[in-house]
Amino acid sequence: MIFEAIAELIADRLEVSADSVKPESSFRDLGIDSLDTVELLMDLEDKLGMEIELDQKVETVGDLVAFIESKGQAAE
Amino acid sequence: MLTGRVAIVTGGSRGIGAAIAVELASQGADVAVIYAGNEAAAEAVCARCRDEYGVRAASYRCDVADFAAVKETVDRIKADFGTVNILVNNAGITRDNLVARMKESEFDEVLQVNLKGAFNMIRHCSGIFLRNKGGSIINISSVSGKFGNPGQANYAAAKAGLLGLTRTVARELAPKGITCNAVAPGYIETDMTAGLAEHAEALTASIPLGRAGTPEDVARAVAFLAAAPYITGEVLRVDGGLAI
Repeated sequence: MIFEAIAELIADRLEVSADSVKPESSFRDLGIDSLDTVELLMDLEDKLGMEIELDQKVETVGDLVAFIESKGQAAE
Repeated sequence: MLTGRVAIVTGGSRGIGAAIAVELASQGADVAVIYAGNEAAAEAVCARCRDEYGVRAASYRCDVADFAAVKETVDRIKADFGTVNILVNNAGITRDNLVARMKESEFDEVLQVNLKGAFNMIRHCSGIFLRNKGGSIINISSVSGKFGNPGQANYAAAKAGLLGLTRTVARELAPKGITCNAVAPGYIETDMTAGLAEHAEALTASIPLGRAGTPEDVARAVAFLAAAPYITGEVLRVDGGLAI
């Protein structure tokens, strides 16, 4: 579910279809720089209603999903 | 004009900060005044903004050196005003002493408020600016950050540090339409510089325009930068020519 939310946000931003965003897609290849990632996380915070402090590097969409899932579990 | 924009001014209860709050209000901005201790003075500034210019204004007690407290205060301001568009980092203290006698605490306290305070504010406002895809940050530096000033190793270091912070934030946030600039006042007559009154004659003699500046002189420069979307990373001297 988090993957779908992220894929949708990226797809909106890049104006592509959500299916073209894969877990293995790297942000660099998608043309998303580090500041864009920060912005993406903010949109995601709004969407998921949780606060995300990104304290590690994430290279791919899958990395970000795994990171947020780990935070979600920690919060439970 | 700044109508409909929301400005935060730190150190806004008196001196240059109070003048900035009033100037921004006079151009139509809503104002959140952050102060360290003097609630009555901060409220008086807010009352003036509301009564004379019909804008929203509220005061918030916060130690800008406290990272967590700044986050909480920015969250409250966002809840109260809806957003933030302009951030003026003006809060500053002095603990003057010759470097050979300066206490560690004197150095640390000035760096904590004058430099880290600005970082804390930028850190916690940047999310709002990124979401808005715009914003204007103005850091109040000082001519002493450029030239140094005997007795002010701590203050000058913090004020020079603000210039590096300003230029970096300007570069980092420019892609999102957010600007960051500094204003570098020279000798301005405020409570903070009242202790220099005995040297006033010598001080003004070194100023090409022949007089000390007023808080309003600085405030006008801040308001200009707040409404200048194509200026970023700049340091605007307001010093009567002192640092030419």
